[in-house]
Amino acid sequence: MTTEHLHIDPAEKRWIQVSILVLVIFAVAVGLTGFVMGFQVPLPEQRVDPALITQEGPFAEPGLRELAPGKYEAYILSQIWSFVPNEIRVPQGATVTFYVTSKDVQHGFHIQGTNVNVQVLPGYVGKMTYRFDKPGTYYFFCTEYCGLGHQAMYGRVIVEP
Amino acid sequence: MTGEGFAHERKLAAWNIGIAIVALIIGSWFGPLQLFEHAGLDLYKYLAPGIASYYQGLTLHAVLNALIWTTFFIVGFTTLAVTYTLKRPLRYPWVNTLALILMVVGLLLAAVPLLLNMATVLYTFYPPMKADPLFYIGLTLVVVGSWVAGYGFYFTLHAWRKENPGVRTPFLAFATILNMVMWQIATLGVAAEILGLLLPWSFGLLKGVDTELARTLFWWTGHPLVYFWLLPAYASWYGMLPKQAGGKLFSDTLARLAFWLFLLFSLPVGLHHQYVDPGVPPGWKYLHAVLTLTVALPSLMTAFTVVASLEMGARARGGKGLFGWILKLPWKDPSYAAQNLAMILFAFGGIGGITNASYNVNLVIHNTIWVPGHLHLTVASGVTLTFIGILWWLLPHLTGKKLFSPKLALAQAWTWFFGMILMSNSLHLLGLHFGVPRRTALGAAPYNMPEWRPFQIEAAIGGAILFVSLILFIIVVVGTVFASKPVEKPVEMPVAEALEDPQLTPAWLDRWRPWLAFVAILMIIAYGPLLYQLISAGQFVSPGFKVW
Ligand code: HEM
Ligand SMILES: [Cu+2]
Repeated sequence: MTTEHLHIDPAEKRWIQVSILVLVIFAVAVGLTGFVMGFQVPLPEQRVDPALITQEGPFAEPGLRELAPGKYEAYILSQIWSFVPNEIRVPQGATVTFYVTSKDVQHGFHIQGTNVNVQVLPGYVGKMTYRFDKPGTYYFFCTEYCGLGHQAMYGRVIVEP
Repeated sequence: MTGEGFAHERKLAAWNIGIAIVALIIGSWFGPLQLFEHAGLDLYKYLAPGIASYYQGLTLHAVLNALIWTTFFIVGFTTLAVTYTLKRPLRYPWVNTLALILMVVGLLLAAVPLLLNMATVLYTFYPPMKADPLFYIGLTLVVVGSWVAGYGFYFTLHAWRKENPGVRTPFLAFATILNMVMWQIATLGVAAEILGLLLPWSFGLLKGVDTELARTLFWWTGHPLVYFWLLPAYASWYGMLPKQAGGKLFSDTLARLAFWLFLLFSLPVGLHHQYVDPGVPPGWKYLHAVLTLTVALPSLMTAFTVVASLEMGARARGGKGLFGWILKLPWKDPSYAAQNLAMILFAFGGIGGITNASYNVNLVIHNTIWVPGHLHLTVASGVTLTFIGILWWLLPHLTGKKLFSPKLALAQAWTWFFGMILMSNSLHLLGLHFGVPRRTALGAAPYNMPEWRPFQIEAAIGGAILFVSLILFIIVVVGTVFASKPVEKPVEMPVAEALEDPQLTPAWLDRWRPWLAFVAILMIIAYGPLLYQLISAGQFVSPGFKVW
């Protein structure tokens, strides 16, 4: 052929078709698990003023509160270089909704072995819910660099049988 | 492409690439130190007070490697790729000289607070951690310098098009300039972050910052940044490596199409770094997830075209069988071998990248040490080892000296390959199984657990091998520049011919306006409403902190 044209080798064409198919399947799969089955990423919750959170609102007294049998909410305040509180205890099977924010720089809140993973930003409250079906100790580490003491910042959820 | 008659271009390239190499050498050696620290061997105490902490070292590691080595190398490489393949010198040489000056001044300004421990904010410099203003000013100048370098290339291409109406832009010039255009659009985000928020704030003109807005602007740049690193490596794989393997570019048309797709889809995807952010609604995150999966397509196309091109070369050299041809690739040529090994590591990085991009799957590994495991397969191997392979023809080309020791250069590539495999394998597993956090001096962490130790030791062994690799790299570079014999005949830039005459490539693959318009539309859709929301609801309340 001598005129210009979009020439694609047949084998390459098949490769491209299969690639598109696989990528579409991935996109649909994460969409369904996220928006239909509820394996969701953190949702915007509310704004706060980092200068005031230790004086007013739920973060003035952070900690665990029981809403109903087996249902809890946990307000976790992050600050250099600790989580307040750094230990909470719940019974096996408890569903806990975590609310996290920071009073200073950015931190990270990720509970080992779970999907609970939030970037902790001053000014914003991150929210995630998890059901603790297995007893044991679940550590949470600060997962965002927050200064010289970052490596000492952690806590745990103790799930009692 | 011998480079005769391109004295100014060669000089610019030599300066850029020389600075890049120095940055890589200084920056990289913190890498092994970090791995040793994790495994319980803390060498930082011997570096104090020069290097005050693990975190100052980590800031230097990523700024020097990921920002300085890459940007300077790319500008230098692009200077040669553009002018040699267009067969014309720079249209306005002073523009590119100015670019170099801006970048060097920026680097020196940023180096002061970095070295004085006044900007230990890591290379993402997330507010409200507040660095010394010089750090922000220096970074800005480096970026602005790279813009100016881009303008120099656009002027040159424009002049060439006038001189050669109707001729398809040579692939290498097209690909490397497209990368500079993409970079121009990509860096608007971080420019807005620094000029609109961080600088006024660090001078005290703005009382506080909005952390989510700053992150969103940062990642507008942060993801395409990785494509800015990658596309020159791809340009070498498509446009140079087939020649080095004795083959041809399998499809000029699809190579160009892939680059246009990169221009479109490497930009509107930044939110996939923010899946766990509390201030971005999930619909936006999902939109960017889908766009991110789209940008995997041109990479998959690249895999096919590049492998087909290399296979043609190997078969021309007598390779046989379904896989037997692989042995006939020029494995003894360090420039080739380094780049092929880079490709293999990059392929694994790509697979991990799809995991990272997958929206809720990301929750498992976000901010864990899996992520540095991933990025050392991509930028620190796929890109860096390719650039090192390029150096093995580029240094002899620029200096007129033989490669100091091809054997040591080969050993450098293989040690990098195996070192990175050990390191990234264990970092991936530590992140996936134990949720071990990244960016952490784990050796000093009270929670460092005994189960992590075997993996940390594996990674440290990888680090030791990489340390050897670095020393080999220094020997070959210094040996070539200062202690090697002159080459018998000039070493040329390898330029692969395409299987089909590029003139047959459709003209719409050589036109800029429609594609740029499409980019603008995509960016407005992917970011417009979200940024509007974040700005109009912005709370500029976070004061600065110095916490190191
Ligand atoms: C000599 C080989 C290298 C080794 C052993 C090494 C090791 C490491 C390690 C262990 C980390 C993780 C630190 C942490 O999260 O606490 C890291 C981070 C990083 N490295 Fe490397 N590295 C090497 C070369 C490179 C190169 C060549 C590049 C880029 C061109 C690079 C770019 C980065 C980046 C961008 C980070 C992330 C920094 C951050 O999270 O702030 N590294 N490196
Ligand atoms: Cu923290």
